[in-house]
Parts: sequence; structure tokens; C-alpha cells
Amino acid sequence: MNQNYLLLALLVLPAVGSVAVAPLRTNDRAAKSLAMAFALLELGLTAVAWFSYSVSAAANQRFQLTFDVPWIPAFGTRIALGVDGIALVMLALIAVLVPIVLGSSWTDRLPEGRTAAGFCALLLATQATLVGVFAATDVFLFYVFFEAMLVPMYFIIGRFGGPKRQYAAVKFFLYSVLGGLIMLGSVIGLYVVSAGRLPSGGTFSWAALRDLAAQVPQSVQIWLFLGFFIAFAIKAPLVPLHTWLPDAGAEAPIGAGVLLVGVLDKVATFGFLRYCLPLFPLASKSLAPLVLVLSVLGIIYAGLLAAGQDDMKRFVSYTSIAHFGFIALGIFAFSTQAFAGSVLYMVNHGITTGMLFIAVGMLITRGNSRLISDYGGVSALTPVLAGTFLFAGLASLALPGTNSFVSEFLVLIGSFPREPVYTIIATVGIIFAALYVLWVYQQVFQGPARGNAVMASMIGPGAVAAPSSAAGTAKSSFSDLTRGEIMVLAPLIALILLLGFFPGPVLDVINPSVAATMREVGLADPVGGMTP
Amino acid sequence: MTLQTIPITVPPVAYYAISPLLVVLGAACLGVLVEAFLPRHQRWAAQVTLTLLTLVVAGALLGAYASSGAPAATTLSGSLSVDRPTLFMWGTLLAFGLVGVLLIADRSVEPGGAFITDAEGVASGTHAEGVASGTDAGRAAGAASAGGISRAASRVGAGSATSGTSRAGVAVAAPPAGPIPAGTPRNRATAGRAGMRTEVLPLTLFALGGMMSFCAANDLLTMFVALEVLSLPLYLLCGLARRRRLLSQEAAVKYFLLGAFASAFFLYGLALLYGYAGSVKLADISSAAAASQRSDTLLFAGLALLVVGLLFKGSVAPFHTWTPDVYQGAPTSVTAFMAAATKVAAFGAILRVLTIGFGSTRWEWRGVLWAVAIVSMVIGAVIGLTQTDIKRMLAYSSVAHAGFLLVGAIAITQRGLSGTMFYLLTYGFSTIAAFGVVSLVRDADGEATQLSQWAGLAKRSPLVAGVMTFLLLSLAGIPLTSGFTGKFAIFSAAIADGMAPLVVVALIASAVAAFFYLRVIVLMYFSEPSVEGPTVSVPGAFTTAAVTVGVLITLLLGVAPTMALSWAGAGPFVG
Repeated sequence: MNQNYLLLALLVLPAVGSVAVAPLRTNDRAAKSLAMAFALLELGLTAVAWFSYSVSAAANQRFQLTFDVPWIPAFGTRIALGVDGIALVMLALIAVLVPIVLGSSWTDRLPEGRTAAGFCALLLATQATLVGVFAATDVFLFYVFFEAMLVPMYFIIGRFGGPKRQYAAVKFFLYSVLGGLIMLGSVIGLYVVSAGRLPSGGTFSWAALRDLAAQVPQSVQIWLFLGFFIAFAIKAPLVPLHTWLPDAGAEAPIGAGVLLVGVLDKVATFGFLRYCLPLFPLASKSLAPLVLVLSVLGIIYAGLLAAGQDDMKRFVSYTSIAHFGFIALGIFAFSTQAFAGSVLYMVNHGITTGMLFIAVGMLITRGNSRLISDYGGVSALTPVLAGTFLFAGLASLALPGTNSFVSEFLVLIGSFPREPVYTIIATVGIIFAALYVLWVYQQVFQGPARGNAVMASMIGPGAVAAPSSAAGTAKSSFSDLTRGEIMVLAPLIALILLLGFFPGPVLDVINPSVAATMREVGLADPVGGMTP
Repeated sequence: MTLQTIPITVPPVAYYAISPLLVVLGAACLGVLVEAFLPRHQRWAAQVTLTLLTLVVAGALLGAYASSGAPAATTLSGSLSVDRPTLFMWGTLLAFGLVGVLLIADRSVEPGGAFITDAEGVASGTHAEGVASGTDAGRAAGAASAGGISRAASRVGAGSATSGTSRAGVAVAAPPAGPIPAGTPRNRATAGRAGMRTEVLPLTLFALGGMMSFCAANDLLTMFVALEVLSLPLYLLCGLARRRRLLSQEAAVKYFLLGAFASAFFLYGLALLYGYAGSVKLADISSAAAASQRSDTLLFAGLALLVVGLLFKGSVAPFHTWTPDVYQGAPTSVTAFMAAATKVAAFGAILRVLTIGFGSTRWEWRGVLWAVAIVSMVIGAVIGLTQTDIKRMLAYSSVAHAGFLLVGAIAITQRGLSGTMFYLLTYGFSTIAAFGVVSLVRDADGEATQLSQWAGLAKRSPLVAGVMTFLLLSLAGIPLTSGFTGKFAIFSAAIADGMAPLVVVALIASAVAAFFYLRVIVLMYFSEPSVEGPTVSVPGAFTTAAVTVGVLITLLLGVAPTMALSWAGAGPFVG
């Protein structure tokens, strides 16, 4: 069999980077530079993978760049890697976000006694597990990465996070472990089911299990589906299993927060598309109303909560929960347009929310406060920061011309023919989005200068927390974005505009895989299979 | 009946097959002779060499026999069964023995070793009695050890040795320096000169030999004798801690009394089963149960009593009440060995009894063991949450793990057998290494086992905290550690045997248990260290080797378990 080592390299490279960076405890600068070098190398390799992926071959070849060796024969597991279009764009998203995250954390003040080496090593370890999650084509391997992913993220939140980091980290871990263990039951169940139906014995191979799906009775499918679904619903998170995200998002350091809501949570929506739908088509169809209710509930409920937040990081977390509602709606509406919209939404949400998170982080470093009520009239002091914040906010509320518009529109238009009621309710969420984004912008940036954080900086630089040597001048008062910060944000702005006006190349990669997923669910498009 | 027809002839003995067992038991006897005849200062080196050599030789013999492809057979007129599961468990036990002996023999972490010295041993009785009433264990221990010093050095008064600054031969009775409890006066030079009680090593070998015959025993009488051979040395070992003497002695007495009780249960069950089947051989009991028209009352009453005795040894709830006290009180190195190896022996025996003796009647008794497994998992996980002492916490973790093991053991299938044995291997190495780490975290008062004392450990010694974290993640069953592959092996066997509801309970119990492992990680990494917190001793070569082996195998079995799994699944029981 032809082995392609590209994905293996993508998986191993950040892991090697993590091990290489970890010992540089005494030299923060060297650690960051080395980590950045690894992240950029990974980005380069991902670009190679992107261009090696053949869109024309994707129609009759479910996975490309495959790598497959036996791992534990006694369990029937294999180290099987491969990507379809959906996984490929997620890999690209990770590869783009990690260097940006490293860049945005470059001047972060770490909690006392922590080193940049630790942070960078954990970040790269997270990246390795994320690549594994998206590239695995063996259910067992997927599960291993799905659980392993928790550990570095747990340490990032718990060691480098805000004041309530212990609580947030433990809550994050316990929620995820509970979901993961429930999923383990289903993973084992899948294996046992396959062992009873295949002459060659049990298997974890995704493709083999998918081919088997039609033979599994609906009642069994529903139990197995629920195991996966609960794990993904916690991870996504869908209301009512969402309560860990605002805490984790608020306490995580900015860089980790970007990865947490930008990529980590996409694992769940990716899991819906890759595992829930093709492996349990009957269960997916019969339980779709449940998921749709939860999605729409999430859009409205999280939208309202977002509008009511005073903590900016919690605010961003709640907007994410609302957006996940849209993604889940698109997935469980079962049409190629909505699927494609959801996948694109996953990418776009990573970019826009990432940018929003980073912009919020830059504001927080200046004001030393996460509370919206501590700010006011900041745009007069930092026009560029205000502009980028507004831009990220508008992208997040899906203004036409930004990337989110394309995906949100696709989701809604694709969902409407099959699920008109839910779609109409979800559309109300767009209004909430405009409300909460613009409200925050108005409170923080518009009007006369006011608020504790802003006034403290007006009295004098010395009044704000102790300036630290090099970055002190930037942090002790409200100065505008530095060149480094603009360099971090520029690629994101470029991507938002690019994907807003030319989503074609990405959609071309997504579409064949989306169509394949649609065939696996066994449904036809409600309006004649038109693909965008 | 059949008894009268058996002519008394010398049974054939497959010496090669049972050579590992013979080597271990023979070396144990030799160790007693060494103890008796060698001068004191040579004993430690001689005993350690002898013990380690024994384990290596026994392991080599076992490896040679296992790879010779000899068919599974019973020997000693059917009282021992040397089949593939036996070989696997013997290998596991020898490996645990090796790692455990490394921990037990270490004299660098606690100068002079974790066991009472000869001098202390003589003195401790009277002094402990004198002070015990109305004082806590720590003070009593202090007085006891002070008494030991007074015998050895003849200088320091029993009541005044409260300072860590005194040296051998210098009669310093310094005033108490700060709030150091009375357990602290360790006169290091004295301790070093007196040396550790080296009879712990032959005792360990006896226990190991007992365990090996316990899980190979093919009839209930042999199993009972093996049970005593493995238990008695363990009772003694538990009571030999040098620090916190009263706790240790209490643990030993408790273990002994409850253990004797459990043995009695086992014996009673044996008698009932003999009454039912007319034979103590497991295979005969099975065929009697299949053929007999008699009432099953004797059979199941006998089984119940028998299994109580076995579950006690495996510390399965609700027969676990000794576990926390004994794990806490025993010297940590003994706890490590006992936690890992006793589990193997007990579950080896449970597997064999249930598979060979009662496989044909499993539909009758399985419901009861379902309930026992659930109780064990729930009690272990939930009560573990409330523990404040890390050794007690690991003890409750062991109760929960015993429940998981029982889930695998009652799936009477080949997958269940191999999964359970594999789990024993994974659990044992993680646990030994975890206790090894516990023995390293110390303050002036000895081991710092209070969880609150572990706060901020990662700042002081990132390596030790990292190792402990990895081991705890393994116990919690996070992927890429052996704990996960073990859980997977057991749960998949259980689901395949139609026990999905039990597995769901097990998964939820795992999630609860994950919380208390996580608590330790949180303490080590996210809390600020207290000013007078413990320090981490620089481990000697032995402890380093033991912990390293444990960690490496935990990783190896998590990433590439193929070889161990194929050994575990090499063949069925032969009875």
C-alpha cells in the first residue's frame, strides 16, 4: 500500500517541537523563537498538504494522503491517517492560528514562576493532538487524540490562566473527561458491533464501519450515537452542557482561548460530520429534532447571555456558543449547502473569533481589566485598536463582505427548505449578534473617556500596575497597537476579507467531501442537489 | 468414593515448569539462613544480591520455559497448573517483585531504610506500650525510636531526644527547634550503623512464592496453603515501619485479624464445596455441578464463602475495609509491592476459580458479582474523593480498580481473561511507581502523605511532579498511558459479553475517580507551595530505577501494548 508520510510529519512535528522547547526554561526568548519556528514549519508543511490534495480525485476517493500501519492488533486498531476536504481545511485553520497565537502571546506577562517554555511546549502539544484528531481515520486513534487533547489544554488553563484558573481548569477537564468516557463506551460498542457482523472480526477502521452502518439496527445506532453525541455536545458546547466554556474561556490566557474556541471546539462539529452522521445515519435522522432544538436554543440563549456579560472574555465565549448553534443547525439540516456552510463556518468562526479574542486581549493588557464597565471612550486613545475590534466584531456578526456572511448565509439558505421553522428562529439570532457586538463596541470605545481602567491611565502611567522593563511603556497607559501587534492581526484581517470575497477555493475543497457525507447519510438534497 | 480408588504413588513433577516457583521459595529459605549466619554488617548486601539474583534467575527460567512452547499441563498430581495464564501472572509477579524489592531495599531515601532497625525492634515494644496510652501515633513513634537510639548509642535519653540536630555519640539534648513533632529525632549515624532489618527481603520472597502458587493452584487446598504463605509474610511486613510505629502496628494487626477472618471464610467455603463435590479439585467441582442432581445450596454457599475470602485479598468492596488503613500504615515500599502483587495473586485465583470451577454455573452467580463490582467501583470512586491522605487515596483508588478488574473477571471469556490479566499488569506498574514517588516526598517528620502538603510541588521539583502526574493520568485512564489500554481491554471484553450496563457504570465511576486524581495534579501544579512544605529527597539508585521502570512501562503499555496483550491472550486456563 502506498504510504504518504506527510500527515505523519504534520502530526509528529509539533510533538517534537513541544519536546524541544520544554527544556528552554531559562531563556524565554529562545523558547518562543524556537516554538515559532516549529509553528511556521508546520504551516509550510500544511501548505504542501493543501496543494497535494487533489480536488478532482476527491469525488471518488474519500481520503487522501493516507497513511496506515497496524498499531495494536489485539484491539484491531491502526495508525490510520488521511484527510478529506473537511479535515484539510481544519488542518489549515490550525496551522494558521498557532503562529498567530504564539505571536499574540509574545509579550504576555506570565504568572509568577511560569516560563514561556512551558507555555509554548504545551501549545505545540495541543497542536499535535489537534492534528491527530482531524487526521485520524481510525475511530480508536481519533478517541485517543480526542482525550489526549485535554491534558495540555488543562495545564495551559490551570497554569497560565486568570485568577480563577484552578476552578476553570478542573471544570473543563471533568466535563470533557465525562464526555470522553461516555464516548469510550460507544467506541467499544462500535467495535463489538462490527465484530459480530464482519467475518474478519472487529475493526475500528472508519471506512469499514461506515460500510457497515446500513446493517446496524436503529435501536443500537441510537445508543451508540448518544455516546458520541454527548461527548461532542459537551465539547462544542451545546446548551445545556455549555457551562464550562465561559469559565474556561474567561480564565484561559488569550492565546489558549483562541485555540480553545477557535479550534478545540470545532472538534465537536467535525465529529458530528465525520462520526455521528455517516456511522449512525438512522439515529442521526431520528434524533435530528433533538439536536436542532438544542442548536436553536443555544443561538437564542447564548445570544441573550452574551449581551448581558460584563466580562469581555466571557462575552466572546458566549458569542461562540451562539455560533456553534448555527453550525449544528447546518449539520443536522441535512443538505449539501448547509453542510458546506457549516464547514466554512467552522473555519470562519476560528478566524473571526480568534481575532476578536486577540483584540480583546490587547485591550485587556492595556487596561488591566476584563470588565466592560471599566472602559469607555477608548477609541479616542487607540483608534487602530478600536478599528480592528470593530472589524472583528462586524465579521463576527456576519456583515456582508466578511467571511462569516458567506457561511452564515449558506447555513440558513441550506437549512430553510428542510427545517423552515428552526431556520426562522435562528435568523432572530443574527439580530442578537448585531445587538451584542455593537453594544460592547459602543460601551467600550465610543463616547467620552470614562471607566476605572481608562481613567487610571489618564491620571498618569505610574498609577497603573507596575510597569515591567521592556514592555512597560506599552502596558502602563493606553497606547495604540504596536507594530508587532499589527503584524499578528494583519493576516487575520486579510483572511477575513479574502474568504469574504473569494470563498471559492475553500468551498471547492470542501464540496466533494460534503457531497460524500450527504451520500453516507442517505438523503437527497431537498431542492435538487444544487451545490454552491 | 473416588478417594479410596486413588493409589498412593509418587506424583510426577514437572520440575522445569515449576522451576521459577522453586527458585523463589528456595531462595527465601536461603535468605533465612543468611539472616541467621552472616554478621550483621554483611547482611544487607548479601540479602539484596540474593533477592535480586533470585528474581532474575526465576524470570530467566520462566522466559525459557514459556518460549520453549511446552504445552500447558498440571503437575504435582494436578495441584498446580502451569498454563499460559499462570506463566503470564508469574512473569507479572516476578516483575512486580523486582521493582518492589528495589523500593524495599532502598536505604538512601530514608537513611537506613524504611524499616525498623534491630535495636529499635528490641526497644520499641516496651516504650511503645509505655507511651501509647493517651498520645498520638507520632509521639509514640518518636518515643519508640528514641528508645531505640538509647539502646544503640547509649547516650541520648529516651525522653529528651526531640531535636533533629543530635548526632551519634554527641549527647546533645537541644531544646525543641520549632514545631517539629516528636517523631523527628532521627539519629542518622545510628540508624545507618544499625542497618535495616534485612529479613524483610526473605519475607518478601516468601510472599512472592505464595502469590505465585496461589494463582497457579488448581485445587482449593493448595490454594488455601498458598493463601497463608502469601499472607503471613505480608502481615509481618506491614508492621515493620520505622516511622509512625503505632500506625504501622495497627495496620498489621488489622490486616492480620481481618485476613485470618477471610481465610476462615475461604476454608469454610472449601469444606462446603468438598461436601458437595467430594473433591477439592476445581475441575471436579465443575463436573460435579454439571452432573449432579443434588440441591445447589452447598455449591453456592461454598462458592459465596470462597469468593468472600478471595475478594478480601483483592480488596474488592465491601470486603475492602482493611485496605486504606493497611496501605496507609505499612511502609510505603511494602504498600507498593503489596498493592500491585496481591492484586495479581487474588485476581489470578478469582479468575481461575470462576473459570474452571464455576464457569458452567456462571448464570447463577454472575448477578451477585455484578452487584459486588458496582459496589466496589462506586465506593472506591466516591469515598476516594473525600480522602486527605495520598496513601489512603491510592488505597481507595485500588478499591475502584478492583471493581474494574472484577468487571473483566466475570466475563468468563478468553477476552475477559486476557483483558483482566493485562489490566493487572498495567495497574501494578503504575501503582508501584506512584507509591515510589510518594516515598520521595518528605518533610522532617518522614513522608509527607497529607495531600495539603503536596501543594505547589511542581515548583520545587518539576520532575517528580511530572512523573506523578503521568502516573495519575494513567490511573485515571487517559489515552497514551497504560491505564487507558487496560481499561479498554476490560471494557471491550465486558461489552462483548453483554454487560453493557455494567460498563456504563464503570465509565461513570472512572469519571468520578478522575476527579480525585485530578485534585492531586491541581495541588501540585496550580497551588502555591507552603513555606514549610515537604522537600523531595534525591532518590537513590534503587528507587530511581524502580520509578523509572514503572513510568517507562506505563508509557510503553499505553503506546505499544501489542506484545503484552499477545502474551496475556496466549491461551486459556487448563484445569
